[in-house]
Amino acid sequence: MRRIVRIASWLYAIAVYGFIFLPVVVLVLFSLQATSFPIPPFTGPSLRWYDAVLSDVRLTSALVNSLLVASISSLAAVTLGFLSAWGFARFVLPGSGLLRGLITLPLTVSYLIIGMGLLVLFNWAGVPKSLLAAGIGHVVINLPLCFAIIYSQMGDHQINIERAARDLGAPEWKVLLLITVPVMAPAIFAGFFLSMTFSWDEFVISFLLTRFDTTLPVEIWNLLRSGLNPKTNAVGSLVFAVSIVLVVLFELTLLRRRKA
Amino acid sequence: MSPSGNNPLPRAGRALPRAGSALPWALVTPALGWTLLFFVLPFIAMGFSSLTAHEGGGFTLSNYSQFFTNPSYWQAMVNSLEVTAIVTVISVLLAYPFAWILAEQVPERWQRLALMLAVLPFWTSYVVRSYSWLLVLAQNGVINRALTGSGLISEPLQLANTRFATVTGFVHFFVMLLTLTIFANLKQLSPSYRKAAADLGAGPVRTFLHVVLPLTLPGIMVGAFLTFVLCIGDYITPQILGGNNELLMPQLVMMQIGRRGDFPLASALSIILMGVVTIAYLACARWLKIERA
Repeated sequence: MRRIVRIASWLYAIAVYGFIFLPVVVLVLFSLQATSFPIPPFTGPSLRWYDAVLSDVRLTSALVNSLLVASISSLAAVTLGFLSAWGFARFVLPGSGLLRGLITLPLTVSYLIIGMGLLVLFNWAGVPKSLLAAGIGHVVINLPLCFAIIYSQMGDHQINIERAARDLGAPEWKVLLLITVPVMAPAIFAGFFLSMTFSWDEFVISFLLTRFDTTLPVEIWNLLRSGLNPKTNAVGSLVFAVSIVLVVLFELTLLRRRKA
Repeated sequence: MSPSGNNPLPRAGRALPRAGSALPWALVTPALGWTLLFFVLPFIAMGFSSLTAHEGGGFTLSNYSQFFTNPSYWQAMVNSLEVTAIVTVISVLLAYPFAWILAEQVPERWQRLALMLAVLPFWTSYVVRSYSWLLVLAQNGVINRALTGSGLISEPLQLANTRFATVTGFVHFFVMLLTLTIFANLKQLSPSYRKAAADLGAGPVRTFLHVVLPLTLPGIMVGAFLTFVLCIGDYITPQILGGNNELLMPQLVMMQIGRRGDFPLASALSIILMGVVTIAYLACARWLKIERA
């Protein structure tokens, strides 16, 4: 009986892994062939389409835009998230529960609706479509995430270290910069990398709020109009690689926290 | 640590440096302000917009009444609900055994790696993931080539641009998401429950049905709700994989903006979509007590 369960488990797990990896393997595999259609049969490794991607100015500038929007908006989200988490965790504020609920509220609303709302607002206020507008949207989706991660990691044991610093005469800004930030560093990094990942991959907000200068997912979307195209495979594989690097960094910061 | 009687320090648990200080408000105001300005205010703007006519002019409810009177709009909502329900059920049924295998059958030291591998493609962008499925399902894609090549079928199957393709793309994503949440749930389960059941004479099947499954049900509900919310609001997957043969709500919303620049109607449809999500939330609210660590 136990043997049967074991064998069935193995078969099932292999089938699910196969399902999960099938599209990724196909994507990467057919990015590596020189023919102009990314379809079987596989005709051997070639970096032709990676060359094509890297010499395509629209794609490379979209890539730079994406990195800029992701890093700046994540920095803003993690800063706002950290300051507010500290404020709520360390001080007794009237209506604290309600205000915390307000900050985490955007987590429950789909990106499409957040993007729609900003589009309508900016349209009325005469704010032009731009990378800045998309960046603002990315802070809206990532701020609650950073807040939730950092707030949940602010344990009571850290209060005592801060209090010791205060008793020794440190002003508040020194307590914040020299005590709280280093102690909370793993949670801050985790929030930052997770925000980077989400901003880097985000499509619909950028699609709605940018026009000519745009981010990489939107540029890939434009490429899709030409149907199956090995260039899309190549750029998709690159995007996947960057995401994996971000996730590994995120995992490493989590592991560091666990050991600490 | 208990405060002794002659302790000159402030009482334990109080971190307030000065009573009535402006500092705490200075800390939380930027985040609150951002949320009010770029989340709440846009939502109010959308609400107002949904009550105006596209051609200009005053207050009207026509954007909302259109939804109920125009059968194609109504149909988009029905399609969305059907697809979301199918996706949620299939994803839970596929993910639960998988998470159980990872948590119970895989040796402890390999579990982290096995889980990380299982959710790796989770981190690619929506656009790339959907495009990858298009490669697999296309007329001359991998599956059709394999089937015709092996002589199982003579004509390629129409797999892309169907509801089947949309559901496949969604299930792929949500199996990974649900595996994560259900795995976490199974790991939190104390082994003493299972031991107790075994001591009382229950076999493995009975233990699973009467102990493990009921105890992991809240986790399943949280995951299923997440699936519902993310699935019903997604534009990319149905647009790339389903094509325009049948429209889902997000496609309908985007169509109003793209083709006709009709913001009021798009706003009204977005608000209706959000209303449906809220109703779903209220319906399973008692299952969704997300605990703080």
